[in-house]
Amino acid sequence: MCEGSHRATKAKQLALALALARVRSHVRAHGRGPGPVEPTRLAFRDMVDEATTAILARPTRAGLTVLGTLLGVAAFVAVLGLTATASGQVSKRFTALAATEVIVEDAPAEPSTADTPFPADTEQRLMRLNGVRNAGTYWQPSFGGGEGRGVTVTARPPSIDRTAGEPLTVIAASPGYLRAIHAQVSTGRLYDAFHQSRNQRVAVLGRAAAHRLGITRLDMQPAIFIRDTPLTVIGIIDDVDRQPDALLSVLTPSSTATTLWGAADAADGSPPKVLIETRLGAAPLIAQQAAVAIRPDNPDRFKIIAPPDPKQLKEQVNTDLGALFLALAGICLVIGAVGIANTTLVAVLERTAEIGLRRSLGARGRHIAAQFLSESAALGLLGGLIGTSIGVATVVAAAVGKDWTPILEPATVLPAPLIGTVTGLLAGLYPAWRASRIEPIDALRR
Amino acid sequence: MSIPETGAEALHISSAAGNTPVIEFCRVGRTYSGPPPVIALRPADLMIRRGEYVTVVGPSGSGKSTFLNVAGLLDRPSEGVYRLDGIDTAALNERDRTALRGRRIGFVFQSYHLLPHRSAVENVMLSLLYTASSRKRKRKRKMAAEILERVGLSHRMLANAGQMSGGEQQRVAIARALVNRPSLLLCDEPTGNLDTTTAATVLQLMDELHADGFTLLVVTHDPGVAARGDRAVVIRDGVLREADPEQLTAEAVQATVGDV
Ligand SMILES: Nc1ncnc2c1ncn2[C@@H]1O[C@H](COP(=O)(O)OP(=O)(O)OP(=O)(O)O)[C@@H](O)[C@H]1O
Ligand SMILES: [Mg+2]
Repeated sequence: MCEGSHRATKAKQLALALALARVRSHVRAHGRGPGPVEPTRLAFRDMVDEATTAILARPTRAGLTVLGTLLGVAAFVAVLGLTATASGQVSKRFTALAATEVIVEDAPAEPSTADTPFPADTEQRLMRLNGVRNAGTYWQPSFGGGEGRGVTVTARPPSIDRTAGEPLTVIAASPGYLRAIHAQVSTGRLYDAFHQSRNQRVAVLGRAAAHRLGITRLDMQPAIFIRDTPLTVIGIIDDVDRQPDALLSVLTPSSTATTLWGAADAADGSPPKVLIETRLGAAPLIAQQAAVAIRPDNPDRFKIIAPPDPKQLKEQVNTDLGALFLALAGICLVIGAVGIANTTLVAVLERTAEIGLRRSLGARGRHIAAQFLSESAALGLLGGLIGTSIGVATVVAAAVGKDWTPILEPATVLPAPLIGTVTGLLAGLYPAWRASRIEPIDALRR
Repeated sequence: MSIPETGAEALHISSAAGNTPVIEFCRVGRTYSGPPPVIALRPADLMIRRGEYVTVVGPSGSGKSTFLNVAGLLDRPSEGVYRLDGIDTAALNERDRTALRGRRIGFVFQSYHLLPHRSAVENVMLSLLYTASSRKRKRKRKMAAEILERVGLSHRMLANAGQMSGGEQQRVAIARALVNRPSLLLCDEPTGNLDTTTAATVLQLMDELHADGFTLLVVTHDPGVAARGDRAVVIRDGVLREADPEQLTAEAVQATVGDV
């Protein structure tokens, strides 16, 4: 049966070795040619079944193992969801005020007092632009004598009582300015185009200014005196949405102020400005068009202050808040991976006999590796799914608690379970490799 | 390389055992490299043909398991040529070696090696996981159920393996070894963990399998078991020698084996 003599000579052994080498190199050269028997295999569905069975056999262990991944994925989803929600909120508020505000300042190349930067019909010119809601010029008039910005304002004629009076800011403002700052009167009314066109000597008081002057009621048509000039108070402003300084000030039509104290004088009072309230999203466009609309002959003299791009602001919020918490989520994921790796390694050691049995039944090393990899991946997927649910629940709960709109972008929520799966896969690599390297004979000796 | 026909194509093949060799050992030996090196199996020739029932006896540490592991492709010989079903096993890569082991050899271990939390039928199906041509679960279940019926366990099919008696567990293990119709059944001390009556049912089953045409190679300590085969192989200190099973009475085994 052994082709001749049993006593193999050295020459025969050599010939045998050569023959074997030839067969081996043939196998190598021709790659995976058909073997003498049909190779064994492990169907994907069977692999999934095996992994599920193995995990369900030890539910408590699986639950504890999954914890780290679960926390990591939950943190990931929660952080991204919360930052998206918060920045959505920020841009909402931002939209309401700053994003619709454009200010035009006069910044002439050569300052000259003779020149009036803003023509009398500035308001009308700007209102013709599509996207402008309200616009108005404003400045602090100069009263000479170096009194500067705070001028003494009294509720009684100064000729009678020279000691009384409060230093208050006076703002010369066209009616559009009052509308642009969303001035709301608690009593009386705002002045309008009629007062403006007639240079009427009227004033509107900010809430705080009225309080300091002791004026609370308007039915007696109270007057205030700026220097010796009386102005009739027609309204008290209770609140504004922008430029809260107005609440501390006396506001009077810009035409009246020009008649009484002359044009704006940057040297003594304050330089004139234009406040524009735009429609949502129109601010960048208006910022481009305003200067030409006001002074087509000399648009370059103005400096335009436009709101920052809300998108940029959003990103800033994201990076500030997110970076730290994403790092925490990453740490949780690493801990989760270590947990899964540890459990899978323990499972490999515990089930060495089972590995030997499977090898004896036709499992290849790679089938064993695939089995343990699919177990660790399934653990990761489980953690990912539960973690995603918890993360989503956290975002929704936090948003509802703060009365915000929860924002969950599919781009962050949908791949979250995948992150868990990948964590599990990576964690399983080493144990699976170890399992595939166990010799069947060693495994069965257990 | 010629590809001979598989052994028991069906469960009930006639015992007209052909002369086809299943196992061919040519100067096959196994030395554990140590240190110190242990010559567990000295170079030996052996041929086992299809349908034969061969028993292997010998004292503890004589090399019986080593012999069986080499024959079962769980271990590689350190010298010699081993052909299984006419295929030279030394030239095989891992894929083909595993395929040959999984498809042509059925193992029955002394300690059964069942998965305790799975039912009898699932344990048997485990063997089909890697080798079945059909991927349909239903079909695999049917095959497993048929074999379990064959070993007399149709009433215990859904019982958890861990809750079965030793004899039942060993019969599940035999069913698992048979389900993919191997050429060769290798049993290492199949009755070693069983009491005499339970062992008798398992031995009876092996006699029946032999009658059905299966090729059996059974390692045992028990001279009574050794006497049941067509042929007996005695191993002593790694030296393999044929003996007449008729002569392997208790005293004869004692004489051959006992003076360790
Ligand atoms: N992996 C190994 N490394 C080194 N020596 C080994 C190894 N496996 C077995 N041996 C030695 O080889 C010899 C034969 O061992 P083997 O397991 O084949 O004996 P056995 O006949 O099956 O014994 P038993 O009846 O106790 O099962 C023994 O001396 C044993 O110590
Ligand atoms: Mg042994």
